[in-house]
Amino acid sequence: MCLPMKEKPDVLQGTLALMVLKTLDVLGPQHGYGIARRIEQISGDVLAVNQGTLYPLLLKLEHEGSIASEWGASENNRRARFYRLTVTGRKQLQTETRDWKQTAAIIARFFEVKAEDLP
Amino acid sequence: MRFLRRFLIRLSNFATRRSADQRLQDEIAEHLALQIEENLSAGMVPAEARRQARLKLGAAEAIREDHHAEQSLPFVENLFQDLRFAVRMLLRSPGFSLIVIATIALGVGATTAIYSVIDATLLHPLPYPHPSEMVRLEANLPGVGAHDIGISIPELKDLQNSGIFQYVSLSFYGTNNLTGSTQPASISSKSVSPSYFAVLGVNAQLGRTWDPHDATPGFLPDVVISDGLWKREFGADPHILGKSLRLDNDVYHVMGVMPAGFRDQGQTSDERSTDMWAAAGFYGDPAPPPMRSTRFPFEAVARLQPGLSPEAAQGRLDALVASLKKQYPADYPSQGAWTIHLTPLAETLVGKVRQSLILLFGAVALVLLISCVNVANLLLARASARGREMAVRQALGAARTRLISQLLTESLLLFVLGGITGVAVLFCARKFLLQFVPESLPRLNDISISWGVLAFAIVVSVAAGTIFGLAPAWLTSRLDLNAALRQEGRGSNGSRKRSRLRHALVIGELALSLVLMIAAGLLLRSFWDLFKVQLGFNPTRVVAIETSLPNPNDPTTDIYHTATQEAVLLREVLRRNRTIPGVEETAVSDRAAIPLGHSQNDRRGVPLFREGQEAQSNQPPLIDTSTVSPEYFHVLGMTLLRGRLFVDQDAENTPLVAVINQAAARVYWPGKDGKGEDPVGKRVHLLGRLGRARPDWTTIVGVIADARTESLADAGTPQIYLDIYQRPAKFLAFYVRGQVDPAAISAQVRTQLQAVDAELPVFRAETLNDVLASSLSVRRFSMEMVALFAATALLLAGLGIYGTISFLVNEQSREIAIRLALGAQRSNILRMVLRQGLTLAAAGTGVGMVGALVVSHLMAGLLFGVSPYDLLTFAGVTVVLTAVAIASSYIPALRAMRLDPITTLHAE
Repeated sequence: MCLPMKEKPDVLQGTLALMVLKTLDVLGPQHGYGIARRIEQISGDVLAVNQGTLYPLLLKLEHEGSIASEWGASENNRRARFYRLTVTGRKQLQTETRDWKQTAAIIARFFEVKAEDLP
Repeated sequence: MRFLRRFLIRLSNFATRRSADQRLQDEIAEHLALQIEENLSAGMVPAEARRQARLKLGAAEAIREDHHAEQSLPFVENLFQDLRFAVRMLLRSPGFSLIVIATIALGVGATTAIYSVIDATLLHPLPYPHPSEMVRLEANLPGVGAHDIGISIPELKDLQNSGIFQYVSLSFYGTNNLTGSTQPASISSKSVSPSYFAVLGVNAQLGRTWDPHDATPGFLPDVVISDGLWKREFGADPHILGKSLRLDNDVYHVMGVMPAGFRDQGQTSDERSTDMWAAAGFYGDPAPPPMRSTRFPFEAVARLQPGLSPEAAQGRLDALVASLKKQYPADYPSQGAWTIHLTPLAETLVGKVRQSLILLFGAVALVLLISCVNVANLLLARASARGREMAVRQALGAARTRLISQLLTESLLLFVLGGITGVAVLFCARKFLLQFVPESLPRLNDISISWGVLAFAIVVSVAAGTIFGLAPAWLTSRLDLNAALRQEGRGSNGSRKRSRLRHALVIGELALSLVLMIAAGLLLRSFWDLFKVQLGFNPTRVVAIETSLPNPNDPTTDIYHTATQEAVLLREVLRRNRTIPGVEETAVSDRAAIPLGHSQNDRRGVPLFREGQEAQSNQPPLIDTSTVSPEYFHVLGMTLLRGRLFVDQDAENTPLVAVINQAAARVYWPGKDGKGEDPVGKRVHLLGRLGRARPDWTTIVGVIADARTESLADAGTPQIYLDIYQRPAKFLAFYVRGQVDPAAISAQVRTQLQAVDAELPVFRAETLNDVLASSLSVRRFSMEMVALFAATALLLAGLGIYGTISFLVNEQSREIAIRLALGAQRSNILRMVLRQGLTLAAAGTGVGMVGALVVSHLMAGLLFGVSPYDLLTFAGVTVVLTAVAIASSYIPALRAMRLDPITTLHAE
């Protein structure tokens, strides 16, 4: 259930970016805290601590053009910065989702073959 | 694509200094607020809620840094930060910085200076379009050992029609008398084929040059003049075209003026400042009929077809030569093995100087290396003192790469500043420095600090800074944090590797200095021997003043055409010269007889037929000839060994006589069984220039001792001297011996000469000692430069030793204090330190010896009279180096000796 904690930083960054995009896709425009909570809930220990590392990542995604941000009002009428998915971001999400699924399928097949005996 | 977008955004952020930091602060504050709310509703107390929220968020500073790194260009920011810090460090220890910058300035400045000379001379020798197409043609007869025999007109036409060359031209450098202006002037001029400027590829700035395919047999009536002559003699007259000049009493018209920056090509600076060009076909009057075997001793230059390489052209040329030999077997006897060889023109111009320049560059590169090593040493020494600073930085989280880049920036800054200073000094002092460059260097006028030279200086500074700054940076950043922080700022076990490196550097410095010093010593001895060599003639108190007689195209208008006519002039002028106060003796000769003062063109070998020895068909040997008056030998102090010298009775209508030197007697009348024949009384037959054979036999009447009149390094070149009253010459030198003022003598002789013939110019009055000195000028320059470099290297090496020993003493000050406290004698301490210095010196000398042996072996070709393994030089240099090492170690040793143990031990 827990994802392995000893992942290299760039691998984690890559998957974290994907998680952010997916979260925004599902939840719609969110502020940083909301994204962090959602990822924590779903992925378990990945973002249990060091949630602040999300913010540089959000800036990077914004610079790449995958997400856009603007100031807005949060639940308790406080000023918060909301992020939303852009068209580019959506396309990137679709591409990466497809790649992940392909990779997962190949690995799964690999494990299955091992179980059966090949003639 | 995404990376590019990010990069551009970061670049614009950096440029506009926009910061998203405030936004981040707000977002983090918001995040924390929300988290705290949730914690509170989960039941935590407010203090705990806040604490848990902070923990969950993570290290705020790290987040800020990452955020900042994402929105800006950390590399560039770090660079600026490093630079600012480097500048502060520089200003904090101004003495150290100045020494380092000065050392680098010296090394880079000297290297750049020599490079600029090489750049102008070797790398860009020809300022003409497509210089690689230009070649020099030389016809040789290797079968009889004859070189550069010249080209005849039919051969020239064959070459022009061969399709190998775009244009071919003959050229002959000489001087003419220009008359019609205030003073008769002698101007340097070239007689060339009409295609000459087509070969060079340059057009006139005013008027035009000749049609390259012009086929006039004789001299064309139109000449081209230089911009310098136009301004000097004609005041830049805008109506110069068509103006008539009288040259050697012949009338010509000015057809064109060459551009202001144009310089003709040539091996001497005189040739390069040619002021006038006249064209001719060289087969009309007064030239002899154009037979294939009538060869002109002129230079031949050509421009290859575009795209044809010299090797391919040589191949086609060989094929042409072979076919011509088959076509005209009578003119090319197989014994001679006639060939034509082409060499790229650039090669012929700089070939002689190349060796000296490469030597100089090697020497100066060594100096640069030594100064860089010195600086590296200094940097290492200072870096050890900053051990604590580095440790603290590392403890605070700095990455090692950051530390290295910091230190590297500091050293690069020093090196680049040093390089800039060096170039700046060079620029300001360039006029002063150019005075030392010998006149004979090709392209002297073009030595300047061009962009290429500047780029070289920058590259050298940056490369040196990187190489010599990296090692100290690397070593300094490698620390044992604990040890460094705890106590020891100075010398502990951790820095042993650093000490070893520093010692190695000093030893390297010493070795390099030794090599330079030995090279300088050998060159010095070589030069001294050359200078002191027995000349065989006495140049003291003799001044040579040159003049030239007109050489009109039509011999019937020449008033000095026969020897008798010229003799009248000469005798009268000599008589008048003797009346000048202070003059004891006078003589006259042709220009070829000026000892060490004549150029290639003046002296060409003339074929020598010895009676009874050379059959008509054989190719005779060539011998250098000159024409002199009877007093010449006495004025120059040449000794007669057998027979007699010329006397007044020898005149045009009496049998022709000649005097030879010992070398000629040895070579041409060797005799049998090792005993030479007596050449006095033997008869020879000399072919004059342009193939006109003299109908009479010449009798040898005397033998004089060998004299080094051709080159100081050459003991005996065979020479034959003819009587000027029997064979007239056009280019003359009058000699006066006595208490004369060289500055005034020119005017005095001119007055006497022009009293006889007002249209004769007088130029170039030089004492023979000056002529001697200028023949040595290139060698002297090399020697002076290398000696200068060696002295600098020694100074730097001395500083290096001083610095190292000083530092050693500092490092060991605790040890020494303890020893003193325990009762050691102060003199023992002194000896101990001196011994350390001597060990370094010994090691340096040992390594240096090996290098020196290699270098001196390579240099053997430049030495004269001294062996490359000369014991005296090697021993002497070793002694000097050791003395310097001891002297440099002495001051720190004294300091060590005078340490007060109590204060030293307390200070730690």
